[in-house]
Amino acid sequence: MSEGQPTQRAEEAEAAEPTEVTTGADETAERPVTTGAESVARALERAGVEHLFGVQGGAIMPVYDALYDADLTHVTMAHEQGAAHAADAFGIVAGEPGVCLATSGPGATNLVTGLADASMDSDPMVALTGQVPSDMVGSDAFQETDTTGVTSPITKENYFAGDADTVGDTVGEAFALAREGRQGPTLVDLPKDVTKGATEREPEAGETPETYDPPERADSEAVETAAGVLARAEKPVILAGGGVLKGEACEELREFATEYGIPVVTTMPAVGVFPEDHDLALEMAGMHGTGYANMAITHCDVMFAVGTRFDDRLTGGVETFAPEAEIVHADIDAAEISKNVHADHPLLGDAGTVIEQMGEAMADERAADMAATGERFQDWVEQCQQWKTDYPMDYAMDEEGPLKPQFVVESVDRATADDTIVTTGVGQHQMWAVQYWTYTEPRTWVSSHGLGTMGYGLPSAIGARLAADDDQSVVCFDGDGSFLMTLQELAVAVREDLDITVFVLNNEGIGMVRQWQDSFHGGRRMASEYPWMPDFATLAEAFGARGFRMESHDDVEGTIEAALAHDGPSVVDAHIDPTENVYPMVPSGGANGQFVLEEDQL
Amino acid sequence: MSDGETTAEGLQGPAPEERPQPSGRRTSHGVRIDPETEAAHEPRRTVLSALVQNEPGVLAKISGLVSRRQFNIESLTVGTTTNPETSRVTVVIEEPEPGIRQVEKQLAKVVNVISVRELGGDAVRRELVVLKVHGEEPDKVNAITDMYGGETLDAGPRTITVQITGDEQKIDDAIDAFRQFGIRELARTGQTALARGEEWTTHAEEERYERIHEP
Repeated sequence: MSEGQPTQRAEEAEAAEPTEVTTGADETAERPVTTGAESVARALERAGVEHLFGVQGGAIMPVYDALYDADLTHVTMAHEQGAAHAADAFGIVAGEPGVCLATSGPGATNLVTGLADASMDSDPMVALTGQVPSDMVGSDAFQETDTTGVTSPITKENYFAGDADTVGDTVGEAFALAREGRQGPTLVDLPKDVTKGATEREPEAGETPETYDPPERADSEAVETAAGVLARAEKPVILAGGGVLKGEACEELREFATEYGIPVVTTMPAVGVFPEDHDLALEMAGMHGTGYANMAITHCDVMFAVGTRFDDRLTGGVETFAPEAEIVHADIDAAEISKNVHADHPLLGDAGTVIEQMGEAMADERAADMAATGERFQDWVEQCQQWKTDYPMDYAMDEEGPLKPQFVVESVDRATADDTIVTTGVGQHQMWAVQYWTYTEPRTWVSSHGLGTMGYGLPSAIGARLAADDDQSVVCFDGDGSFLMTLQELAVAVREDLDITVFVLNNEGIGMVRQWQDSFHGGRRMASEYPWMPDFATLAEAFGARGFRMESHDDVEGTIEAALAHDGPSVVDAHIDPTENVYPMVPSGGANGQFVLEEDQL
Repeated sequence: MSDGETTAEGLQGPAPEERPQPSGRRTSHGVRIDPETEAAHEPRRTVLSALVQNEPGVLAKISGLVSRRQFNIESLTVGTTTNPETSRVTVVIEEPEPGIRQVEKQLAKVVNVISVRELGGDAVRRELVVLKVHGEEPDKVNAITDMYGGETLDAGPRTITVQITGDEQKIDDAIDAFRQFGIRELARTGQTALARGEEWTTHAEEERYERIHEP
């Protein structure tokens, strides 16, 4: 493949950057608000927004016009779905809402997948959509969609902006709601007459409405009871969910688990909240979780679950989920308590605060009964360690044989720093990326969990790249099917000269579907094999990125080194063993402890 | 973990049937089963009252939320309160206990919902039905209307329209009684309700009442 050169456009973009940076805060203050659109731009600046991801269009044009003078960087995406995923990933990595913009009608509907994705994963995100002028709303006007109606079930809250005077306040409120309490995506629909309308009003600082009052501290009596239950357990497990990450409670979790010597299992969104190289780490549980995590949650007698919604990919059939465990469930969202799995001891509150409260209450318990904690769990911790020995995560590999995807993942992990951010699409590659990479830091795992959105990988890598520190690496593992869904965003990565390395684990098909067809549909591979895949390395070069092809185990080390060394986007088309499947596996609705290690056990 | 140097064997460990299995289990609602007091969750009918902000789309949000979670709504009524900024939504649902708690929590989660509560069995509940019967036997119709404490709204040579208010059972009984004349059309409102006596209907109401009625 030819040497990748930074494109002319990328160089221009770089050269143009300093002029944007000089648009400082002082200048902003001197720029009076004259329209609703300018009020929107001011609200975005006030919320501390640095990057916006979007696509221009008729109804959103006044907002873009106002952004022309604003102290913000707009990244034009190839497709609105890309904008939503990029904003979502930005929010995961930065911990602050990512922002996406789209015009009315098709622009707004193209955001829908990304909104649904962010909603399922409780990711902080703000979407701004253009809308036809208010007096045309409801007339099926050109590019009109009932955006608030369409997005109501997939947003935490959405707004139809009423007038130019208050539109900035609404945007501010949308920001506050996206980040407070249980995080999630919010949307503001902006009719063109509202954004074009005259106003001199500066938007107010964004605040959540008074009816929104997420709990901070859990009821102290409930905490004492729960701490007593945990302290007197024989076989306790901590189940850490995405709420630990969203609640910035990783440090509190680490301290609590190590202080009391309790093994930690995570859900998929929580990967990275507890270092996977820690003795107490059992890693991810659930359908493709580790055998030891699934044995531990099946046999525990008390489960301290924090910030998880007990998704069915985690629980398997609820009848057999942690069947003998008393469940202590801490969550900021009361509606998650006993939704899927009954909570014996609900603790409503912020993850970090509740873990600290539990820590204090456990200390009291221990003072009262010295035998109750610490050493008491020793047998159980040893049992968990034994399960690690019994069910090691490993894969069969013949160095002369076809390329193993797990080996690619492990090799990239070895070649990169601990704080490297991994983003993925959805499918087998996603599971190998979570299983065979050792995550030791929070906010380094960016994936589509609840919605399982194929095509999430590349646009999320763009968002993650812009939110990450400059010296942090961003790699994306994608599948061939998943990559094909949003690969047009490669044009954006090239234009913005983003240092992203994409590893396409190419098995010429939708591997996860094929695996299920082989396992549960008698091998009838209907529509899951893609023998017509493009040459992704050449395609990458056509976009102006670097392209590599990897076919054997001998290629792996050198190719990874070259791809990572390229300062800009590169794509490695890794032709993997098309017969490789993801194991362990808990069959859908099955018992976690009955995970299978190979197809014959199904 | 494979170190990449050797040819590994793949995943190892005892097969599923060789592993120890816990004897406990949960119900389909995720409730751990205590073998001694295995509780079946039969559906029951109950009334939830929600005080909400009067904003466009609130009712759509509430009904959409309940319907997309496949909860069985028996009736849903809404109307403004003494404060023009708030409305009261009364939802009658029939669900097993975990489902009732879920609806209550999901309602509370809607940003424009101020306060939600399940009303007790002694709550004051009323429903209104307007029904139109054939008018061949006006005296008999009047007698039945009087018997149920109803009111005649319209009487013509061919049809008589009456209203009956009362609790759900009374409305059901009245409708049955009117069937003998042939019911042409019928519209019933669904239940609306308040907590009985000095009890406040939802948690937020006492505080809001005091705020508004401060001297």
